[in-house]
Amino acid sequence: MSEVHLELTNVGIEFPTPKGPFRALRDINLKIDQGEFISLIGHSGCGKSTVLNIVAGLYGATEGGVLLDGREVNAPGPERAVVFQNHSLLPWLTAYENVELAVDQVFKKTKSSAEKKEWIEYNLKLVHMDHAMHKRPDEISGGMKQRVGIARALAMQPEVMLMDEPFGALDALTRAHLQDSLMEIQKELNNTVIMITHDVDEAVLLSDRIVMMTNGPNATIGEILKVDLPQPRDRLALADDPTYNHYRSEVLRFLYEKQRKVEH
Amino acid sequence: MNPLKWALVEPFYKLAIGEDRKGQINTIVKMVGLPIAGLLVFLMLWQGAASNINTSLGQFPGPVQTYDQFVSLQEEATAEAVKEEKFYQRQEERNARKLEKNPEATIKVREYTGPPTFFEQIWRSLVTVMSGFILASIIAVPIGIIIGLSSNAYSAVNPLIQIFKPVSPLAWLPLVTMVVSAVYVTDDPAFDKAFLNSMFTVLLCCLWPTIINTAAGVATVTQDLKNVSQVLSLSWWTHVRKIVLPCSIPMMFTGLRISLGIAWMVLIAAEMLAQNPGLGKFVWDEFQNGSSDSLGRIMVAVIVIGIVGFFLDRGMLIIQKAVSWDKSSDIR
Repeated sequence: MSEVHLELTNVGIEFPTPKGPFRALRDINLKIDQGEFISLIGHSGCGKSTVLNIVAGLYGATEGGVLLDGREVNAPGPERAVVFQNHSLLPWLTAYENVELAVDQVFKKTKSSAEKKEWIEYNLKLVHMDHAMHKRPDEISGGMKQRVGIARALAMQPEVMLMDEPFGALDALTRAHLQDSLMEIQKELNNTVIMITHDVDEAVLLSDRIVMMTNGPNATIGEILKVDLPQPRDRLALADDPTYNHYRSEVLRFLYEKQRKVEH
Repeated sequence: MNPLKWALVEPFYKLAIGEDRKGQINTIVKMVGLPIAGLLVFLMLWQGAASNINTSLGQFPGPVQTYDQFVSLQEEATAEAVKEEKFYQRQEERNARKLEKNPEATIKVREYTGPPTFFEQIWRSLVTVMSGFILASIIAVPIGIIIGLSSNAYSAVNPLIQIFKPVSPLAWLPLVTMVVSAVYVTDDPAFDKAFLNSMFTVLLCCLWPTIINTAAGVATVTQDLKNVSQVLSLSWWTHVRKIVLPCSIPMMFTGLRISLGIAWMVLIAAEMLAQNPGLGKFVWDEFQNGSSDSLGRIMVAVIVIGIVGFFLDRGMLIIQKAVSWDKSSDIR
């Protein structure tokens, strides 16, 4: 566990605009171990998504760099699977076919077609979507779409799973369901996860560490909070747990005292 | 049951079982009654106007005269078919007698060369327009996809498209005619030159709307889906096949339908101008013929051209529905 899996060193990024370069991020330094669950939290516009996109390889950092197992990240790839905020399923493919597209791409040569089928079904079962495998995205609910999005990412057997506010667009009950599913899956597969969230409870409940970001522009990491709660975690039991509430108030204090968002 | 077909039957069915009688009658009037009323008013206006117009070829044909000419064109076609059959029969008998006398004799089988009937002209026009349209689509769709994907390719090609798009294809016709007769030189032509002239003219006008609309359709691929494609590291070809094509089909078909509509209009004009066999030539020949039946026959051609055009568009719609992933969307 002590081996550094993913390493961000002095990452910063500038976007060219007609009014000159816009500096979004600076000096992001983060070391993540194999199997760790990291949450990125901060106010809107602080560049959380930008950090995630840099790790995904969708953006190139202006300075600094990202190392995954010692290799530099400079392009997107299936070993860094992304769960997108608005599920981003292909609307013309069924849940099964959406996962199949990813599986065909990643296991082109290594799995036979029978093995691929089994693997797709296994992953859909993992997110409890096996009953609606052959439905298209417009035939299933928002929570179900997001489950399929997670199954697609898991099916790539990624080294790191990047989740961009995966539950942000869902209602509270569906969100709680999916969080429980995610914890279950995490226990089983021990994936390395970076998740962006706005939700303090979600961050404390799911994470090993919470990375809190300062306000943008020119944002960076403000504090990192280690969440030392035993696994598996139960949301009901934790509701009255003083340690849990302590972590929760730490994050809230950071967001609403230290980094109070000044609305213009 | 297909929802579209059900929509046609539904009000009659509900009326039969006595459900909301008033509502069903309203629906039926709107669905069947009003189009028929519109048609009747049109026929009356046509009849009224026609009886007041006297031309050098006699009175302008009203609906009745037009229908008579349609019947007479059918009779001519039937008579022609009988003649053709008799011709081949005579030829066969002659050849059989020849072989009886001398089994070694070389026999000739000649093709019947009667004048093309009205219905053969329709068929001829349809074949020409479809060949030109299909060839143009095979060229235009890939170009549209490429310039839709690459902004550099788009910048390079766009000025050319903008310049060639407004050119009436008929302006190309003389050039096409000269080029075809200069380039297409064979002893045993598979296609006659008149066919190639009209077909290439149609092809030239079918390119532009398809290219432009396909490119616009490709541009509707959202950044989210592009990101998915990048994260999955899809190859260019898989990206086009799995993401770009399904996304751009609605716009692509808009372009194809515009193209086919223009093609049909242009073809008739091209056939008139270049004396290429087809409906356009039929109209022109009747005009030159100048008999008292001519105007009625031209009127038949006008209506047939309209109906064929309508069915071509419907046909495209059916194909679009078959290949489109979003069956629920309202395509009209």
